[in-house]
Amino acid sequence: MSLPRVATVWLDGCSGCHMSLVDMDERILDIFSRADLVYGPLVDFKEFPEDVDVCLVEGAVSSEEDLHKIRMVRERTKTLVSFGDCAVTSNVPGMRNPIGVGPLLDRAYLENVTLNPGIPSDIVPKLLPISTPVHRVVKVDVFLPGCPPSADLIFTMLDDLLAGRVPDVAGSRFGR
Amino acid sequence: MTTVYTLRIDGRDVAGSEDATVLDVARENGIDIPTLCHLDGITDRGACRLCMVEITGSNKLTPACMTKIVEGMEVTAHSDRLLEYRRAITEMLFVERNHICAVCVANNHCELQDTAEELGLTHFDLPRISPKVDIDASHRLFSIDHNRCILCLRCVRVCDEIEGAHTWDIMHRGLDTRVQTDMGIPWGESTTCTSCGKCVQVCPTGALFEKGRAVARGSKTRRPFLPWMKVVAEERGL
Ligand code: SF4
Ligand code: SF4
Ligand code: SF4
Ligand code: FES
Repeated sequence: MSLPRVATVWLDGCSGCHMSLVDMDERILDIFSRADLVYGPLVDFKEFPEDVDVCLVEGAVSSEEDLHKIRMVRERTKTLVSFGDCAVTSNVPGMRNPIGVGPLLDRAYLENVTLNPGIPSDIVPKLLPISTPVHRVVKVDVFLPGCPPSADLIFTMLDDLLAGRVPDVAGSRFGR
Repeated sequence: MTTVYTLRIDGRDVAGSEDATVLDVARENGIDIPTLCHLDGITDRGACRLCMVEITGSNKLTPACMTKIVEGMEVTAHSDRLLEYRRAITEMLFVERNHICAVCVANNHCELQDTAEELGLTHFDLPRISPKVDIDASHRLFSIDHNRCILCLRCVRVCDEIEGAHTWDIMHRGLDTRVQTDMGIPWGESTTCTSCGKCVQVCPTGALFEKGRAVARGSKTRRPFLPWMKVVAEERGL
């Protein structure tokens, strides 16, 4: 029998939630003896694969690329986890929302710059008008708030999901 | 002599003196009703509506902090409907302004966070409003960040009832409602503020804080002195 397929993706976040995942220490071996890690910043696969059982999404949806990616991830994933405050509430990336994209980019690339001022337009993806939580764009099955969620909470949630239980996220909290 | 009334809360027989509120009696008996605007030592105002309970014979929800007990009252403090409403209220408090816990002085010392955790609120279905909201850092010792204010009005009541300064009040309406100092002038220019810091101590969130506190370092450790101060103020006839 093949093992459940787990993926992680990194949208607009600081990678702290992924660091907390790694912070499970040797329990990560336990989890990935019961599951395959098929995609994510921690492994070297280029394409998000089909038929993913569980995907942890770190970060808010802030750019056109994030939007494209999360829609594809949703299509290919059975259980989508909104992983950490940026994914759940838009958190720090959402701090720009009251400011607006125009004034934000002006401030960063024109007003405070002495060398080659100019707003980047090629290669980098366009910012969306506001940075949004994942569940405002696609359906989310499990929410795990926290900045970042603790390694213990992540372990309990993955342990539950792999055992086919409804994940217990008690003790999770915005911030922390 | 005070009269003692008997009543039932969540099916339990309990008793309290005639001037007690449903919230008082519930707490005395270890029945936990969530609250945000209530604070022992200052007058209740019924601002947050989190303490709503059902009273048999009434089809309205009633704030426990504002309702005096009555002989034979039947109170439901916990039900699926009440949990749903309490979650909705908490969610609205979060999305109305800009709560970014990760960078907040009150992170992990915040009663709004506590409430969300207790109620099992893991996300918001409502979109955030993301309003542009001011910060007033003109006071020498303290700041107010209106992004995090939930309009519980504890600051207004403590400044008026305990300190006797009445620096704080409210202005505007609806989503534009703000607490304000001395008729809307910057806090640092207030002539009534004594810089006692009581408002900062009672604020349940990171809206009012001491300057120089880093993220997550804004615990309000001196709050338990309040009920005691209230007793002293009453004894002195203030
Ligand atoms: S006041 Fe409380 S809920 Fe709001 S940002 Fe600060 S810690 Fe979070
Ligand atoms: S510091 Fe004291 S006097 Fe000044 S506003 Fe706060 S409670 Fe009122
Ligand atoms: S500043 Fe703090 S104490 Fe005052 S109304 Fe806002 S949340 Fe309540
Ligand atoms: S505690 Fe009763 S309304 Fe706020």
